[in-house]
Amino acid sequence: MMSDQPLIGQPISRLEGHLKVTGTAKYAGEYNVPGLLYGYVINSTITKGKISSINTKIAKALPGVIEVFTHENRPSLAWFDMQYSDMDAPPGSPFRPLHTADIKYNGQPIALVVAETFELARYAASCVEIKYTEEPFSTDLKENIDKARAPQPGLATFLKPLPPKPKGDFEKAYNDSFAKASGEFYHGTEHHNPLELFSTTTIYEGQGKLTIYDKTQGTINSQLYVGNIFGLHFKDVRVIAPYVGGGFGSGLRPQYQLFLSVMAALELKRPVRVTLERNQMYTFGHRPPTIQNTRFGADANGKITALNHSAIAETSQFEDYTEVVVNWSNMLYPAENTLMEYKLVPLDVYSPLDMRAPGGSTGSHAIESTMDELAYKLNIDPIELRLINYAETDTSVGRPYSSKELRQCFIQGAEKFGWSNRNPEPRSMRRGNKLVGYGMATGIWESMQLPARAEAILTKEGKLLVSSAVTDIGTGTLTVMTQIAADELGLPLADVTFSYGDSKMPFAPIQGGSFTVSTVGSAIKAAGKALRKKLFKKAKDIKNSPLKGTDLEDVVFKNGDIISKNNPALRVSFQDILALNKGAIKTTNTSLPKAFKLKKYSRAAHSAAFVEVEVDEQLGVVTVTRSLTAVAAGNIINPKTARSQILGGMVWGISKALREETITDYKLGKYMNQNLAEYHIPVHADLHDMDVIFVEEKDEIINELGSKGVGEIGIVGMPPAIANAIFHATGKRINQFPIHFDSLL
Amino acid sequence: MNQFQYVRPAETSGAIKSVALDANAHFLAGGTNLVDLMKMGIVTPERLVDINNLPLKKIENIQGHLRIGALVTNTQVAENKFVKENFPLLSMAINAGASPQLRNMATTGGNLLQRTRCPYFFDTTMPCNKRVPGSGCGALEGYNRMHAIFGASDKCIAVNPSDMNVALTALNAFVHVSGPKAARTIPFADFHRLPGDHPEQDTTLQKNELITSIDIPTAPFSKNVHYLKVRDRSSYAFALVSAAVALHIENNTIKDVRLAMGGVAHKPWRLTATETFLKGKTVSEDTFKQAAQIAMEGAKAYEHNKFKLKLAPNTLIQALKTASGLTV
Repeated sequence: MMSDQPLIGQPISRLEGHLKVTGTAKYAGEYNVPGLLYGYVINSTITKGKISSINTKIAKALPGVIEVFTHENRPSLAWFDMQYSDMDAPPGSPFRPLHTADIKYNGQPIALVVAETFELARYAASCVEIKYTEEPFSTDLKENIDKARAPQPGLATFLKPLPPKPKGDFEKAYNDSFAKASGEFYHGTEHHNPLELFSTTTIYEGQGKLTIYDKTQGTINSQLYVGNIFGLHFKDVRVIAPYVGGGFGSGLRPQYQLFLSVMAALELKRPVRVTLERNQMYTFGHRPPTIQNTRFGADANGKITALNHSAIAETSQFEDYTEVVVNWSNMLYPAENTLMEYKLVPLDVYSPLDMRAPGGSTGSHAIESTMDELAYKLNIDPIELRLINYAETDTSVGRPYSSKELRQCFIQGAEKFGWSNRNPEPRSMRRGNKLVGYGMATGIWESMQLPARAEAILTKEGKLLVSSAVTDIGTGTLTVMTQIAADELGLPLADVTFSYGDSKMPFAPIQGGSFTVSTVGSAIKAAGKALRKKLFKKAKDIKNSPLKGTDLEDVVFKNGDIISKNNPALRVSFQDILALNKGAIKTTNTSLPKAFKLKKYSRAAHSAAFVEVEVDEQLGVVTVTRSLTAVAAGNIINPKTARSQILGGMVWGISKALREETITDYKLGKYMNQNLAEYHIPVHADLHDMDVIFVEEKDEIINELGSKGVGEIGIVGMPPAIANAIFHATGKRINQFPIHFDSLL
Repeated sequence: MNQFQYVRPAETSGAIKSVALDANAHFLAGGTNLVDLMKMGIVTPERLVDINNLPLKKIENIQGHLRIGALVTNTQVAENKFVKENFPLLSMAINAGASPQLRNMATTGGNLLQRTRCPYFFDTTMPCNKRVPGSGCGALEGYNRMHAIFGASDKCIAVNPSDMNVALTALNAFVHVSGPKAARTIPFADFHRLPGDHPEQDTTLQKNELITSIDIPTAPFSKNVHYLKVRDRSSYAFALVSAAVALHIENNTIKDVRLAMGGVAHKPWRLTATETFLKGKTVSEDTFKQAAQIAMEGAKAYEHNKFKLKLAPNTLIQALKTASGLTV
């Protein structure tokens, strides 16, 4: 079936949805081959020091145990830090599993037991005797603020710019301002907790060749990492990730189960799977605890004159992980006097790792809560204050926006939410014995694009095959890319197959940062376009072609025909072209961001989040009874999967503001709630009325699709909107996340 | 997980004999707690005696007196018509706990024996007197948000995680046990222990004894009851504080009352003095506030659970108000 409507813009259900809900979709830890061995990782139980002895004798003697790998018997591997780097590596010296006897953090992998069954490997692991020499350590950010220092710049700062230079004279402008608002904000460690456990199955193919099923957000990222460390030809390392059960950033870097699975497979020349248990997911990468301070000053008309935002974040002792936390306020609010600072405190933990809207969700908490406070100081409606300070251009860097329909987000969001029913007076609204509060906040997330390649093939049967090494981390990439390719060639969805998640396919970067549609979608579009051109040329080359003398602009591609716009009777079918062509017709194309053009603009998705809470002051219980996010993110390729992205982000916003935290015992240097029973993310009973609006936004600069990506923007505005709603309900401004009973009773 | 023997006897006496064969043997019922503990190396039995074939699966109404077999699942109890009509407090408490999947597997006897969720107990690399006597208490000076405010000792400040136990203690239940010696009956209030110097012992159950059933005597608590559980999310989280309230009200006067709290002590915490205070009083918010003050006598908080000193009385007041029909 084919309508005249383009597929882009239609709410098409996930093409792989049925496979996933019926359990047919196979994940990295589910590929079974004869003779498969199972690895179980032993993690350090101390936080810092040295392994003084490690006795594997008893474990190795158990029938069915094949080998126990430790720093003492691991193979000799690559020497240089560069070789352990990856596409998301911060500046510094990447962690090397089983490298030496040194312990750098609690939970560090220190041995791999390989056995014929998983259960045996796990049991054997309990028989390995390890002795340590402990050293003093520090894992508490608040206790170590005096050690804060500037981050070292590196390759990663290309996508994550350090704070802009100060403008004007902040201190003077702030002192002179009519109204002032300030705050100190804090959130602790958070972990990604994707549903799928981290797992790698490495198939040893002989002669240095490997096929690797990996839980990752970048097949080529894993491929390069393995090739570099183990000295293998890249073409001999094939990394496959057909389905990924959630990533949220945790798969942006190759994790240690990949390293250990490959190492064991190469050493034993056998297939080896290493699956990490849930608690082991807490032993690599997390959102770093961050302390923020803000001081905003405005004149009597509400015009913001002075902005100061500073952040101190945790990093590890071996890498300088950074986030963009403090750059956002001046992108949103055009103040003349600004002072932005960002510092790191290295602690004895693993390096932090990008986690959904890294930095953006952190920064917006402080910025948008301070804006709410400022609105109260000025006695101006919070939306009105944001409109008074609406940035028509991005004054932080002095560039116009490629597009920005945030104003429409405010208008349409407020209308649908019923913002006008809000009595601004705190504690003025009630329902039964509960206090009711309305809060709102702005969200922003930069729209990035990276280079990527894609291949498009028209098969002999007239079907379109497109491919890219990109993963689908559950966001709907498969569906969206299929829509883009189908539209480009005018084919129905059923005639198009998108292959992905395989490093042997054309290059795609890691999947994150909301840049996949922009990056891979553009590559698919470019490959489709090239194929279109090739087909048209072949159509014209046919003897007595009805399209002779027409230009590509004068034809449409529809249902497998190339048709003249002026005279629809003039047409050539794909079948005609294929009949004369020997075999399939193929193009491979690279899409590069138009750097020169893009550099002249700031590019960002925006949102306005609206929240209603009920607060039971006797019990301290907060319920988010209603929430709505209005999003301006350019062209929405698939409103259904995009809506799911925004809803998922909003749920996470509720989680961030009210539920989740990784609890650390600083005396032990250890995370205390490494399971989903005690790492509280929202359950269905926590979620009530939620809604999403996409406002129309045309963007002809950002990329050919006019689409900005929606992976992060859904989470950014929600947490401060909830905190602001709690203030409206209770009169209490609580700046520490998650907001607990403790602070509301 | 260590290797272990697994047997599945068909009779209670056989099960008891079988468990006595090994010093380190455990009964296995629903497995919702024990299997987790085994995976984490907290419990390492050499023999598992699966009791699921034993004839302990009946709910009986013996002239208004309720008898629940040890193997009746939590779901079966909560959904039982007689229970819902005569002991609605028990249904409410059970449904406040865990998730439907867990309640479908978990048994009545097993629920009585579930271990604490103290994170120091749950991690074999941490000090914990309950897991390894003499190794110290990590929670005392560590992270203790979930922990006890009543009846703790310097050896252990963990809390009992069960919701069902809170209702059962309020309902004056009895626990029937069989063992190598004669069968005996333990009043519910004496079944769980305070930690004292032996936090490794959660209960007064003797070695190789098996819970066979729970009895709940006839009581006039079919109407004015409430179980209120406050936790870090709306479902599938352990209680920070919970309150079980059963009132028998006639002409606005409290004729009889039973009160217990969860999430506050090493055992389900019965509030006998508060009950005595309330008996004969007229229903009013003021009375309930006074009652809550009495309930909190002797409470002691630690670094991270000070909020419980406010949350506990507020929870009790709100549960009393709801149970008695006062607008909350």
